[in-house]
Amino acid sequence: MDPVEARVAADWRPLAGWDAVRLRARVLAQARAFFAERGVLEVDTPALSSAANSDPALQSLASRARGRGHYLHTSPEFAMKRMLAAGSGDIYQVCHVFRDGERGRYHNPEFTLLEWYRVGVTMAALIDEVLAFIAVAGDGTLGAWPVHRWRYGALFEHTLGIDPLEASAADLRACAERQPGPAPALGGDDPLPWLDWLMAACVQPALPPRALTVIEDYPAGQAALARLSHDRRTAMRFEVFCGTLELANGYQELDDPVEQRRRFERDLAVRRARGLDVAPLDERLLAALAHLPPCCGVALGLDRLLMRLAGVDSIDAVLAFPLERA
Amino acid sequence: MTNYSTNEFRGGLKIMLDGDPYAIVENEFVKPGKGQAFNRVKVRNLLTARVVERTFRSGESVEGADVVDTQMQYLYNDGEFWHFMDGQTFEQIAADRKVVGTAAQWLKEEDVCDLTLWNGAPIQVVPPNFVELRITVTDPGVRGDTAQGGTKPATLETGAVVKVPLFIEEGEVIRVDTRSGEYVSRVK
Repeated sequence: MDPVEARVAADWRPLAGWDAVRLRARVLAQARAFFAERGVLEVDTPALSSAANSDPALQSLASRARGRGHYLHTSPEFAMKRMLAAGSGDIYQVCHVFRDGERGRYHNPEFTLLEWYRVGVTMAALIDEVLAFIAVAGDGTLGAWPVHRWRYGALFEHTLGIDPLEASAADLRACAERQPGPAPALGGDDPLPWLDWLMAACVQPALPPRALTVIEDYPAGQAALARLSHDRRTAMRFEVFCGTLELANGYQELDDPVEQRRRFERDLAVRRARGLDVAPLDERLLAALAHLPPCCGVALGLDRLLMRLAGVDSIDAVLAFPLERA
Repeated sequence: MTNYSTNEFRGGLKIMLDGDPYAIVENEFVKPGKGQAFNRVKVRNLLTARVVERTFRSGESVEGADVVDTQMQYLYNDGEFWHFMDGQTFEQIAADRKVVGTAAQWLKEEDVCDLTLWNGAPIQVVPPNFVELRITVTDPGVRGDTAQGGTKPATLETGAVVKVPLFIEEGEVIRVDTRSGEYVSRVK
């Protein structure tokens, strides 16, 4: 047998155990029951799109359909917002999404998102709903975990003794260099990449391991598709962490097409400067935003929720066929 | 030389850092919820064997190192250099004491070794896992002591000294594990 044949002969089987396969089916059924009971409609939007997410931190996988370039969605957000703008009311979706290059212990380039939108609710109400779903998932073991709530700025102060909204790139860099482990070489005077590094390398790993942590009020520069708060220093964005693992990201959704276009154009300028693929903007989304009702939305990484419910520390353990076996 | 994006990082990949060739030992992908992702890697310097940690911004590119692992036959030592030959091309290369290091004590003519070449020049020589060498000097065995599993030093034809069982005699050929430097068996 040549080496390729030998590898295929050994790895044709699913990597996840049958327990993990059954747990996934159970949590999917629970999600559908949870939203049916709350009157949230399940929708199904396409994975293929003629436009792509402009976020410089997300790389779309390109594909072709009928000879024309299309992209696999990195989340169903744009299409779901078009449904909302057209009057769908509360909606949810479970789907596979695709992000090139993201591979590691907690990442697979193809993974499952549970994403939902609630019309006319406050972000606080949506956070409570996220926590309510996490609490009933699987055997309900995570429902017993304590919940900690932090504002992004206060959590940075608490963990690193630095104010992330005021600190310059030089301050943040000095802070990063005081921490154990090698800091990356990040040129320029943009504080955002340093905040990303400190968050991923220092703040997140220091979260209490057996608790749920909700972080709110991210810096305005990390608003993405969220509305800014009144003082415009922070974004109305939250994340939910299960122990040290990021589980969900949500917004009070931005419904201003002018502001959204400005953010997209800024993203594209960054992409051009970094030599990244520059795909067309989603003009249909921008056209729809003028009609978007006030709403909050959240995307939850279903595979990671399964990891925590199964008590495993690798996403591969809950995937039938991770990338290398796909 | 090709450049590698952090997307292509994996254990074993050879890259250039600060002018030295390195092999990636471990690659960890780190990403905050949204925003910039990073690759935190452990790399081994192929010249010094030191392992260090480095962090890259995901999507960054790093120059690949022209490092190849190849098998070559050991020919002879001229007092300064150890000479090896490629079995297919018959091309010969020479490695000095610094590169051969402790492998020198296991090198027997015609044995096939694993060589690592950087830009065509050898940077590492690994002898076969098992070599068969003749004993040139050892004390006469003392019969009756074998039950205790006693050992004695024996000098081999290459100059290496290994511990052998007491019943092994001068002039015999033994098999040695070069990774541990231990006697394995007698070769009839």
